[in-house]
Amino acid sequence: MNAIYDHVGMETLICKGLNKEYEPGKYALRSVSLSIPASGIFALIGRNGAGKTTLVRILATQLMPTSGSATIDGMDVVRDADRLRESIACVPQEARLIGWLTPRQLVMSYLYWRGFGKAEADDRGMAALRKLGIERFANTLGRALSGGIKRKVLVAAVMASEARVLFLDEPTTGLDPISRAELWGTLQKLKKDHFIFLTTHYLEEAERLADTIGILDNGRLMAMGTLEELRGMVRYPYSIKILSKTGVEKPKHGELIVGADGQKQIVTTEDEANRISTKLIRAGVRLSMSPLSLDDIFYYVVRKPIEAGDNNDEEESW
Amino acid sequence: MRRNLGSRVMASVLVNAVYTMINYPIVLVSTILAPFSLLIVIAFVSHGALLPVAVGGAFIMTMISSGTSMQQDLSHLKNDFKLQDMVVSSPTGAAVYFLGMSISEIVYSLPVIAVLVVLASIYVHASAVGYLMLAAVLAIMFTFSVALGFVLSTISTDIVQSWAFAGIVSTVISALPPIYYPITYIPMPFQYLAYLSPATYAAEIMQEVVGAGIVIFSGTTLTIDWVVIIAVTAAMLAIAVKKARWRDP
Ligand SMILES: Nc1ncnc2c1ncn2[C@@H]1O[C@H](COP(=O)(O)OP(=O)(O)OP(=O)(O)O)[C@@H](O)[C@H]1O
Ligand SMILES: [Mg+2]
Repeated sequence: MNAIYDHVGMETLICKGLNKEYEPGKYALRSVSLSIPASGIFALIGRNGAGKTTLVRILATQLMPTSGSATIDGMDVVRDADRLRESIACVPQEARLIGWLTPRQLVMSYLYWRGFGKAEADDRGMAALRKLGIERFANTLGRALSGGIKRKVLVAAVMASEARVLFLDEPTTGLDPISRAELWGTLQKLKKDHFIFLTTHYLEEAERLADTIGILDNGRLMAMGTLEELRGMVRYPYSIKILSKTGVEKPKHGELIVGADGQKQIVTTEDEANRISTKLIRAGVRLSMSPLSLDDIFYYVVRKPIEAGDNNDEEESW
Repeated sequence: MRRNLGSRVMASVLVNAVYTMINYPIVLVSTILAPFSLLIVIAFVSHGALLPVAVGGAFIMTMISSGTSMQQDLSHLKNDFKLQDMVVSSPTGAAVYFLGMSISEIVYSLPVIAVLVVLASIYVHASAVGYLMLAAVLAIMFTFSVALGFVLSTISTDIVQSWAFAGIVSTVISALPPIYYPITYIPMPFQYLAYLSPATYAAEIMQEVVGAGIVIFSGTTLTIDWVVIIAVTAAMLAIAVKKARWRDP
């Protein structure tokens, strides 16, 4: 089906010094550079206003960069936009199902815009609605559907298309936990022959799904890599969360962190974590030990700007 | 790659006209009524004398309204549903989207056009050439209006802003010009103002055709009228296809 993409070397996403300045001096992206294989799933995470949507819209040819360049499969998002648009599809963050359309009508219309004929549009559209478990709402008017279902309809539309590269800006926002897990399953299957570029605030989602994770903060790409690579960025890759309300001491090799909610956490090396946790368990302290989660890493990466902004004077150096 | 133009045009017609009319038939009543308010007033006030001119005016008005509704429909789809962004990231470009949406506005206007055709067949008497000229003027005004509407919709960021655009456009393009009555009815300095709108030139041609001698225009005036509406429309069309804000700056 994707015969023209058979040259694997072509499947890349490259950004070079991408800047976006909405108003003079107000940067939403600052020299974002990256080069990744355009296959599997890339998850972009970052706080509200970090610039995720801005980056998605530039790559999906909806927004002009102020400077810098980006190419997908060798096609420049500005110069080769017409050609690129043949192979991309996007669900914008704030896209909504039109109230006077049924899911089936919306999905089919979207496929018509992509150039499919009636029979094929209907087959593909219904198959996508089925995959997302919303086939039974296919003929219900949008205005009578719940928010999460409406969101899934748009995901179904782009899934049903022929596009190899899918941009999903917060696809699971508003989905219940079961629907979210189901969508994850669908994306896992789709990623075999698609490149999915998604943004999310659910770090568990990025952790579970993504082959590569990017952390954007204040317009800058702060970190990028597999979860393992991101763990490698922090000095101590193991975490012990103290569940009891007991006092614990700062370890020799590691840090003791008190979170915003008062929870104590020790970050340290794997060996040290084993030693400390054995000791604490013997002393009757309830705890959970694990490699650093994406949450921990995210907090580590974006912490400095938060502190600067919130005037949080806790002293922690991981 | 799939380049089925028919499908891509049909998508716009379905979303913006067919499904709307099926789900909200009330919109049909509103579009049918729109051109009649002034038509009725003019017909009564002139004791029927201006009826043919007013019917012709209602035709022109319907074409202009198509552009205004196009602007608001597209602004709604773009800003409230982010539909345009989805289409931008697809093989359908600005020109095809514009074409499809223009046709959707024609489909939308079909009922009112049908009513006006019936009225015209009763009150308007013109030669075959006259009817052809009328059809040409209407096609040109339609093209001008939808092109303007499209351009405005693509730069709108909000439906409220779009309503403001629509208000300004309808005042300048359609309230000022003598669409339902001869331009000679407008007191002198204000006639110049009317000539700022392309609708005035279209109305002069229409009045020459249907006016049955109520107003007489010189050959030069009519030539200028044709040149103006064709030139303005060609320019607006070029802007719509080449310069509409398909990708945000
Ligand atoms: N059209 C615009 N004009 C001016 N500034 C904008 C515009 N769109 C976004 N911004 C600004 O650019 C920055 C990045 O916004 P963006 O929407 O990309 O963030 P985000 O990471 O997607 O946030 P969220 O998680 O809340 O969706 C923000 O400071 C935002 O205020
Ligand atoms: Mg966003």
